[in-house]
Amino acid sequence: MVLALGASALVALALLADIIAPRVLQIWAHHRARRRVVPETTLDPGRERRAEQTARELLRSCVGEEEWAMYRELGFIRVWGSQVSVRGGGVEYAYLIYPHRPVIAYAPQTGRLLGEYCVEFPDDTRPYGTARLPDSDDVLAKWMALTGDEQRLLASANFHLPGRQVDASQVTRDLWRLSRWEQGRMRDVASTLGVAPAPRRS
Amino acid sequence: MKPGHGEVLIAEGDVELPQDERRLVAEFRRQLDAGLWAAVPVAHADGRREAVMVRSFADVQRDAERVIFFPRAAGG
Repeated sequence: MVLALGASALVALALLADIIAPRVLQIWAHHRARRRVVPETTLDPGRERRAEQTARELLRSCVGEEEWAMYRELGFIRVWGSQVSVRGGGVEYAYLIYPHRPVIAYAPQTGRLLGEYCVEFPDDTRPYGTARLPDSDDVLAKWMALTGDEQRLLASANFHLPGRQVDASQVTRDLWRLSRWEQGRMRDVASTLGVAPAPRRS
Repeated sequence: MKPGHGEVLIAEGDVELPQDERRLVAEFRRQLDAGLWAAVPVAHADGRREAVMVRSFADVQRDAERVIFFPRAAGG
């Protein structure tokens, strides 16, 4: 009798184990997760601001005076493409570098947008809880990669048609701002050299 | 370049001094082994600026002022 009861109890326990065991393991996992010490990553706006300031100084020391002024005043940097048109002898395409946005390729002769190269430079060690470089470091990374090894950067990027992540009308507006900005600089240079600027046509 | 910090000085020295050079080479390798890209900013005589991407310490010009390491690019 006792043997029969014992055997029945064992069978019942074995059958219930399939139902109970996962639940017990889940409760145990939740318990351990609650007790785990997680290093707290506190958002420090001051640290981010200092990092950006440091990054701006580094960017300024690397790019030319014109690119630095362009970034400071317009918020992006234009980089010429490396391929030159055989027919026209000019540059076939150029890029606009924005912080933490895709690199925009466009045709400088016509202003036509060619595409977006979506690329980022994540630091997986997340030294301060974030993998994201300061804005100016992101711009500098893109500038160095584009001027140093354009094909390698483009091969790492995902290519999309214009307007996928960055509003095409905004880029068109930025190209217009860039042309105005360059005209202004040309006028400044002309006045410095004492040359009368050409009359404006519009 | 580091998130949350910006520029961080990793190592400095004179490549003409063998001891310094060994230390710089070791640090260079450590950064590349960690998956970083390395670039040397260059200023040309005509004022043009660009960067030279380097994959080994031998690629770095002896008179280079600095090498900048940054996380490698990934499709966004």
